[in-house]
Amino acid sequence: MKVRVLVSLKTGILDPQGKAVEQGLHGFGFEVEHLRIGRLIEMDVPTQNPDEARGRAQAMCDKLLVNPVMEKATIEVL
Amino acid sequence: MRVAIPVFPGSNCDHDALHACGTVMGWEAIPVWHQEPRLPEGTDLVFIPGGFSYGDYLRCGAIAALAPIMADIKRHADNGGLVLGLCNGFQILCEAQLLPGALLRNESLRFIHKRVHLRVERADLAFTAAMQPGQVIGIPIAHAEGNFTLDPAELVDLEARGGVAFRYCDASGNIGVKETPNGAVNGIAGIVNVRGNVLGMMPHPERAVEPEMGSVDGMGIFKSLAQAYSKALAKA
Repeated sequence: MKVRVLVSLKTGILDPQGKAVEQGLHGFGFEVEHLRIGRLIEMDVPTQNPDEARGRAQAMCDKLLVNPVMEKATIEVL
Repeated sequence: MRVAIPVFPGSNCDHDALHACGTVMGWEAIPVWHQEPRLPEGTDLVFIPGGFSYGDYLRCGAIAALAPIMADIKRHADNGGLVLGLCNGFQILCEAQLLPGALLRNESLRFIHKRVHLRVERADLAFTAAMQPGQVIGIPIAHAEGNFTLDPAELVDLEARGGVAFRYCDASGNIGVKETPNGAVNGIAGIVNVRGNVLGMMPHPERAVEPEMGSVDGMGIFKSLAQAYSKALAKA
């Protein structure tokens, strides 16, 4: 199954990159606020069971994909 | 003193570490490839060097923290062995959970390389005992991800237990937001674990050990380690 893991910075963690991009958009006249930059990880997990795929993705997050000090993950099974 | 210097793909301060430990200090300095399952027999100090292990992919130090040699480094630390992580080495120690916290992008988003001042906050460690508490040393930094962060509750705990070994400061030892080059919380440049045997710092003392390098202030750390080794020998 195809799995998407969206890794984003936790609330309260400063995102200087997001801030710089937000300022860039302001420069073009766009009205945006609270822009945050994350990381999208896509993969094929060899199982047909969505719960199994989600469980394995969660284990991957715990082991490597996410640093819980600064990041959180949202898992999407497609 | 036998020093093991783990080398990862993308390490680039391993030769600085070898030079400081081997040529300058006269220690037995052994590079250890990250795929090795064990540290050299009788390792006294593990010195994780700076660089860009695995190209900083995913997060700085995240992949290196899973390398085979890290299991033996954890065992060494659990047995009370000394571990020093500089720059990327500090990032690896945080990712390996040998030290708390994480290193984020610098607040300015820029790679910063310059000499900074550090205030010695703990002068009672194997890494710092040849220095004075409050002493100001001038050594270089060279990093893009040195912005130390920690959960607010854990930060209170870190400060309360005296876990901060070095803070960025000005030439007179004053600390503050403008004295902190990378946005690190509380001006933290280096921390130590509860037991006092694992120290990580973003600045590079190994690049300040000879007059030709422009500063010899990094020697404070190496002299401290030499003293700690002599003391351990005397005890044994």
